[in-house]
Amino acid sequence: MREVYLDHGATTPPRPEVIEAMLPYLREEFGNPLSLHRYGEKPRQAIEAAREKVAALLGARANEIYFTASGSEANNMAVKGVALMARTLGKGNHIVISAIEHQSVLYAAETMAKLGFEVTRVPVDRYGLVDPQAVGDALRDDTVLVSIMLANGEIGTIEPIPEIARVVKAKGIPFHTDAVAAAGRIPIDVDKLGVDLLSVAASQFYGPRGAGALYIRRGTRLLPLIDGGIQEGGRRAGLEDVPAIVGMGVAAEIAAAEMERRTAHLLPLRDRLIARLTSEIPHVYLTGHPTQRLPHHVSVTVEYIEGESMLLLLSMQGVAASSGSTCTSRALKASHVLTAIGVDPALAQGSLVFTLGEGNTQEDVDYVMAVLPGIVERLRQMSPLYKPGS
Amino acid sequence: MYSDIVMDHFLHPRNVGEIPDADGVGSVGNPVCGDMMTFYIKVKDGRIEDVKFKTFGCGAAIAVSSIVTEMVKGKTLEEAKGITKQQVAEQLGGLPPQKMHCSNLGTEALAAAIADYEAKQAALQQG
Repeated sequence: MREVYLDHGATTPPRPEVIEAMLPYLREEFGNPLSLHRYGEKPRQAIEAAREKVAALLGARANEIYFTASGSEANNMAVKGVALMARTLGKGNHIVISAIEHQSVLYAAETMAKLGFEVTRVPVDRYGLVDPQAVGDALRDDTVLVSIMLANGEIGTIEPIPEIARVVKAKGIPFHTDAVAAAGRIPIDVDKLGVDLLSVAASQFYGPRGAGALYIRRGTRLLPLIDGGIQEGGRRAGLEDVPAIVGMGVAAEIAAAEMERRTAHLLPLRDRLIARLTSEIPHVYLTGHPTQRLPHHVSVTVEYIEGESMLLLLSMQGVAASSGSTCTSRALKASHVLTAIGVDPALAQGSLVFTLGEGNTQEDVDYVMAVLPGIVERLRQMSPLYKPGS
Repeated sequence: MYSDIVMDHFLHPRNVGEIPDADGVGSVGNPVCGDMMTFYIKVKDGRIEDVKFKTFGCGAAIAVSSIVTEMVKGKTLEEAKGITKQQVAEQLGGLPPQKMHCSNLGTEALAAAIADYEAKQAALQQG
């Protein structure tokens, strides 16, 4: 049976070069980077080399990159760290996010709400776009942080971050963007974006799991989440995961070098899959923006049936995909993203997300279209909502 | 994630469909929650002679529907009413904990179909 991995939004397969680069730091170069003896030397140099590479991918300076263990940690570090620092400085009590942020921003903000912060969730339009003017309207004198994602992992929409940043920075408010879904997939330059903080995760661009980073513009103040030693400039204590950081550096270097080629490879596949899904299977609708969209991202809703049952049947045919349906979420709640873009709650249950990667081919796309129509028809025949011929 | 029995019933559901001249029809759940089931029963001499279902939902919801139809076919109405969610889950070789509440609706859909049948019978006797 053909095996087709179309869940690169969940995680990407690490490149062989990444694994190779990591291996020495799992074995003989196990030393603590802080050690003064020779065992610390190479790990220390390796971390700084990786920092340069991640900085280069983001148009940042190396000393503005702080390694974390995940994109979620980077998002928590930004939201909680900036808010808590603002509180200690007596600067205010208000946080602005969008309605479609990843849970690691959404729930971090909710935790701050429990500590007395007010949180404004700026709505999005039916494509998932944040209106910069709406962000501007949400800003107050006591706003201490704005966090709006660069691109959404569930519907693929790319937000107008430079325009939003202009509004936010005109008021001198720190601006964070969650770039986890976007990094390595679209060009990122922290100065062109105009952001003060930006989160990335290596597992989204063919790096290892367990490696993320937060870009922090010089002069931005935040409290650390993990207190302890002087690692990461004292902003994130704990013995560094040197192999993961090294792997992230290599993955970032490759992503920067191959981005154009990857995009040129992915775009026709994405557009072919979207076109075939929405034209060849009745009652299938694209979610997210048709063009302001990540190059690897295909998301649809399939009416009258439910996402998990589609995923199970796709998996039986060798196709790995994802869904935002209630049944596939551990929280057993409808996707807040699909809700925010106004998808009917019943239709949202039929969410299907295919995220392409560098290993995918047109044959993979065509294989999905060879098996999916039969799966959809089979489940619709079982569905009390479906009336044949409708 | 699912037991072999659940996967078998999900992949090869028994008694899918509708009964056009059903004696009782019952629906529970709603698509907003992610699961919705409709059960159709034919009743003869106080026994469930035939039963079919249609289900919108996850793999567990479809498997639950399928196995409930197998468990109640030929049973008296009283026996059918006595089947519990726990027994359904046991017959399926277990269900993931988070699926016990939202997807294990088969007994409720069946109970709704029986209640519909009984209401119709009562109306007939009164008329």
